Amino acid sequence: MATYRFTVDGKRVSVDAQPEMPLLYALRGDLGLDNPHFGCGLAQCGACTVHLDGEAVRSCVLPVSAAANKTVTTIAGLGTPEKPHPVQAAYVAEGVPQCGYCINGWVMTAAALLKKNPKATDAELRDGLAGLKCRCGTHVAIMRAIKRAQTSQA
Amino acid sequence: MDRRAFLQMSFKTSGALVVSFAAPSFDAIAQAAGKPPLAPGELDSWIAVLPNGSVQAFFGKMDMGQGLDVGIAQVVAEELDVGFDKVAVLMGDTATSCNQGGASGSTGMSNGGRLLRRAAAEARRVLLERGSEKLGTPVADLRVEDGVISGPKGKTSYAELVGGRYFHHQVEWNKQVGNPMDISVPAKPKAPADYKVVGKPLPRRDVAWKVHGTGKFITDVRVPGMLHARVIRPPRAACSLRGVDESSIKGIPGARVVREKDFVAVVAPKEWDAVRAARTLKLDWEHASNPFPAMDALHDHIRSAKVVKREEPVKKGDVEAALKAPGVRLIEAEFEWPFQSHASMGPACAIADVKAASCTVWTGSQKPHYTRDGVAKLVGLPQEKVHAIWVPGPGSYGRNDAGDAAMDAAFISKAVGKPVRVQGMRADGTAWDPKAPASVHKVRAALDASGKVVAYDFLAKGFSRQAIATNESDPAHSLVGQAIGMTPKGNEILGIPAESYGFENKRLAWETIAPLVVGCSPLRTSHFRDPAGPAVHFASEQFIDELARAAGEDQVAFRLKYLTNPRHAAVVKAVAEKANWSTLPKGKGIAFAERGGTAVAVIAQVEVDRNTGRIWARRFTVAHDCGLVVNPLILTQTIEGNVVQGLSRALFEQVRFDRESVESVDWASYPILEMPDAPESIDVVLIDRPDVAPTGAGEPSLRIIPAAVANAFFDATGVRLRKAPMNPERVKAALAKA
Repeated sequence: MATYRFTVDGKRVSVDAQPEMPLLYALRGDLGLDNPHFGCGLAQCGACTVHLDGEAVRSCVLPVSAAANKTVTTIAGLGTPEKPHPVQAAYVAEGVPQCGYCINGWVMTAAALLKKNPKATDAELRDGLAGLKCRCGTHVAIMRAIKRAQTSQA
Repeated sequence: MDRRAFLQMSFKTSGALVVSFAAPSFDAIAQAAGKPPLAPGELDSWIAVLPNGSVQAFFGKMDMGQGLDVGIAQVVAEELDVGFDKVAVLMGDTATSCNQGGASGSTGMSNGGRLLRRAAAEARRVLLERGSEKLGTPVADLRVEDGVISGPKGKTSYAELVGGRYFHHQVEWNKQVGNPMDISVPAKPKAPADYKVVGKPLPRRDVAWKVHGTGKFITDVRVPGMLHARVIRPPRAACSLRGVDESSIKGIPGARVVREKDFVAVVAPKEWDAVRAARTLKLDWEHASNPFPAMDALHDHIRSAKVVKREEPVKKGDVEAALKAPGVRLIEAEFEWPFQSHASMGPACAIADVKAASCTVWTGSQKPHYTRDGVAKLVGLPQEKVHAIWVPGPGSYGRNDAGDAAMDAAFISKAVGKPVRVQGMRADGTAWDPKAPASVHKVRAALDASGKVVAYDFLAKGFSRQAIATNESDPAHSLVGQAIGMTPKGNEILGIPAESYGFENKRLAWETIAPLVVGCSPLRTSHFRDPAGPAVHFASEQFIDELARAAGEDQVAFRLKYLTNPRHAAVVKAVAEKANWSTLPKGKGIAFAERGGTAVAVIAQVEVDRNTGRIWARRFTVAHDCGLVVNPLILTQTIEGNVVQGLSRALFEQVRFDRESVESVDWASYPILEMPDAPESIDVVLIDRPDVAPTGAGEPSLRIIPAAVANAFFDATGVRLRKAPMNPERVKAALAKA
């Protein structure tokens, strides 16, 4: 066991954990933040995605020790209902999610992708979002929302 | 929770329902008035008016993310004449809703909505009667606007008349439970011409909390003092547990083993410790050798297996004779469909708190009333002492792993005497969910010299789609029940194509075969979105294409020539028109089917990469007729989801297994469609029929996607793909062989 300090959604936190425990369990269990979800535990779906110093990472495999002294942002810290991130605003406008369990992967990955490449083409978006899963099949709506976010940011 | 607690709760409470359960407060007015029993024959079981005039509709079906609750709110708002925003739909809590069957067979709007429409219309009638008394004005001289009743002598409101109190009014229940539950009432629902709210594209209510991470999924429910559990499924099918080395986890804080017969689980106060304990625990399993056929011999096994049950739901003329008639041209083909997994976005989760005389279970199961019934039997409590609360889960398209998780949680909670939260690991959602059955489809037809179809014979043969019941009301149909020695007795049923092709000699039949392993098996079969539909229509609608081509006719014209139901023909015409069928380049395919009264036709346009074997289904056009359209926005998005999930199942999905176990355990071994393969566009034409009661939309459009893609592939390449999934390896092999 060791103590790890980091920032989550603007708050300083500390967690006592074994170094190999995935960050997801610290966020959900120790810190009571429910919004990142367990989907596979294998970095194959994206449901647990958060930003680590601005990069989209899969918290289900990232050891909590790797977050030490870094900045973690969850979907609840990306934007709020009052002040949503453009991708979140576009998601609401398009009514994208169905079951909604996959949403962290798409929103957090798209937000990071658009930050790096605001004018990403359709093909770049499709490739950049590969590896994420949505079982309800909302892919067409997801693309509509991300393109709407691109337009709103332009 | 007592219904009274609900009556004074605000309705924007997606997550708060769970939180407030721990400390229900009571409404003084409601308590004083006395609570009628929660029974279908009580109007109060369906509709409540709050003191502020807002309305609650208690619904025994639930929305799985396709917006059913919005449609129900529209129907209730319409019939009651209150604003849409004033109506909250409370779903899937056994303490506040009757068993309308849960999410099941796309009946949310058709059956569930029909009942709520009648209840709301009756509530309005009763309120008008009471308003008439109060105002001293005949009902005929009163009007209602947004819950306010006015007439020449003055005004009153729903809130004044019944707000915070009960109707105490009986309606006539048809004594059915589940999907067929209905009531009859003296009130006459509105005529569609008068609709103001029904038919509007109102947005979903669950989007914002999902997008901002501010609401609760089933995985987020916490109960004070709860332990985290992981169930350890056998490594192979047909296993029994010889021994457990409990000392192997003694270094993990608070971890302990729960075992009975072949059921084994670990619990720990911290979730990560439960995960570690499940990985570390040493178990000694004894297993039967080779309970499964080799995967590449699966369909041969199906062909040669003894038939358990055969049915011929459609039988017209003398097919055998017509097939043998002199001078006919015989066309035959066989199609294969694999086992498929629900593979919901997250493995299932449930929380149970079993006490000596009562139990609460929180579940993502789409049929929580049946969960209640099953849990009651499993833990030995009377049904009325079990309270099941549905909380949105990580996707549900049928009898997936959620049913097992709820039963597991209850069993473990009883064993440890504490509240228990169970969540699966990925393999529990992919390898151990009940599967959609594998099947073989044999189709034969005869054309006469003029190209007319004179005989048509369709046979689906495969595992039953109800070897495991479609709900968990009988513990024998859950994994924990089977692990402790119960044997499920399944139903025998598969399926046939749903169409109206008017072939003069026609037989549509199905045959089921025995499960590979009875009981605790990762290849047990049950309902997965549109059970048997994609499999059967993959075969039938490809074969119709083959017949059209054999007859030298256009695939749209051929279907129109034989379809006898005008609504069926109308969707085929509509989709062809919308897509400009006759002008489309090579790589186009059409398919059509009905499902429970809903008619749907789709045109797929594909591109084929001969080097990689990749099919990109770039564009879809869908024409959809489910009667009255309650909400065109939500309906369109539901259809989009069906198209993409159907495409995923057509192109990628098959459960892999060896002689002993399922090898599809995660997203790498059970790939589904990802963004690069998603269609570029899905154009949907909704055919609105205001005078036809709404039928289902949650499944029908899914069933024809595989055939449309296969037909488009043939159009592009001249090669038939008769085995699903049509993955790159199979495409390359088929093209190389051609």
